[in-house]
Amino acid sequence: MGSFHLAAMTLKSLFSKPETLQYPAEVKAPYAGQKGHVVNHVEECILCGMCQRTCPCHCIQASKPERAWTIQPFMCVQCGSCVAACPTHCLVMDPAPTAIATAKHEVRQEVPEQEKAAS
Amino acid sequence: MGKASVIPFGPQHPVLPEPLHLDLVVEDETVVDVLPQIGFVHRGLEKLVETRDYNQFIYVAERICGICAMGHSLGYAETVEAFMGVEVPARAEYLRVIWHELSRIHSHLLWLGLAADAFGFESMFMHCWRLRERVLDIFEKTTGGRVILSVVRVGGVNRDIEDSELKAICGVLDGITDEYQQIMDTLLTDMSVKNRTVGVGALTREQALELSMVGPFARASEVAYDVRSFGRGAYGALTDFQPITDAQGDCYARVKVRCEEVLQSIRIIKELSAKIPAGDISVKVKGSPEPGARAANVLEQPRGECYYYAQGNGTKFLERMRMRTPTSQNLAGMVEALKGCDLADVNMVILTIDPCISCTER
Ligand code: SF4
Ligand code: SF4
Repeated sequence: MGSFHLAAMTLKSLFSKPETLQYPAEVKAPYAGQKGHVVNHVEECILCGMCQRTCPCHCIQASKPERAWTIQPFMCVQCGSCVAACPTHCLVMDPAPTAIATAKHEVRQEVPEQEKAAS
Repeated sequence: MGKASVIPFGPQHPVLPEPLHLDLVVEDETVVDVLPQIGFVHRGLEKLVETRDYNQFIYVAERICGICAMGHSLGYAETVEAFMGVEVPARAEYLRVIWHELSRIHSHLLWLGLAADAFGFESMFMHCWRLRERVLDIFEKTTGGRVILSVVRVGGVNRDIEDSELKAICGVLDGITDEYQQIMDTLLTDMSVKNRTVGVGALTREQALELSMVGPFARASEVAYDVRSFGRGAYGALTDFQPITDAQGDCYARVKVRCEEVLQSIRIIKELSAKIPAGDISVKVKGSPEPGARAANVLEQPRGECYYYAQGNGTKFLERMRMRTPTSQNLAGMVEALKGCDLADVNMVILTIDPCISCTER
């Protein structure tokens, strides 16, 4: 009796649309707020170091003297706590896949001087 | 009576992706004794509590196990909240339970697929994993991750689920229920499944109590112990919660208990999403735990009760973090269940206990 049900289900799935996507012809659009690699829009970064302090993997360095923001993407576990902690919201997560890397590298970004906000 | 010989099983074995090694002492085709050995994937995660502060450790806790990731982060957060005196907002409690029950569904469906595969029931494996995929999709939509959710924090949760989204989740679960019911009927009434499981590896209620078994393994031997029935957190809002038990204590009973727990989890999610209160989803947690502050906590993981213990030392880093996972509780029961079974049934018995060795070794 039970096997009859399963046979019916299996037959049904033979004639219905596949449950999986035919990658790479079809690519799933990411959901809003999906996690991914961390991207810094450096124009707005104030190098406050909050991201560095909250990161559980110690993979971010925000250096004021060098005016540089560095991340080691291979150490990042994409937890999102740096993004949540960033006061200027210049850190975001991008779910798009990154290019294939052949070696572990770090991403170093020069942070431009901010214009003093008119108070 | 034949001569006893020892047959090694694992740590690499086709039925079990987990690195569990057993020395099976067999006489003829019957297992007479079992010596389990673990320790192949020890990662020292508990020690990391000394180098990650109590907020950061949550991301370590959820990496203890890929399947119970949500449960471990929840158990750890509740433990820390207990000794820091944090009152978690009601909405966060509900969301935590909804995600936790979803992860129970995904864990049980994954296990059901693997068990079906071990019976040689390939199409059933495909159907189970197809349904599980929909649960993972819900995770991806609501938390941003499929397996590692990173959604619990000390003091609440990181993300809210809109009420419309909750309705959509209930709709998906309705769809899953229909198909799942058919899969479950197939599995539980199929003759070949029954032939492999009925009466195999049976343990009595007395043995289950004596060996301190937990989770579905114990419930299949009529031990009605389920941490969820304490009614802590949002579980207290459920009108009726009865642990699912079975009297037989054999492999078939364990399959049946897990099968029914999926439907129970779906009912819990639906009830809680109808009752979820509006409000904040987290509170700010400031400061460090007092020196010597300590708390213990239990949580019902998909595989059974998991125990957490944490102790503060006055800094942001905890002094000690300890957990005892359901599988380490169940290893003694597993050895007992294996004694006297056929060599060919060993994989069935181990699978129906659903051991998670990576959790156990941390
Ligand atoms: S938290 Fe944001 S603003 Fe501060 S250093 Fe990091 S990226 Fe820059
Ligand atoms: S996502 Fe998490 S691990 Fe990655 S850089 Fe941010 S805080 Fe660190």
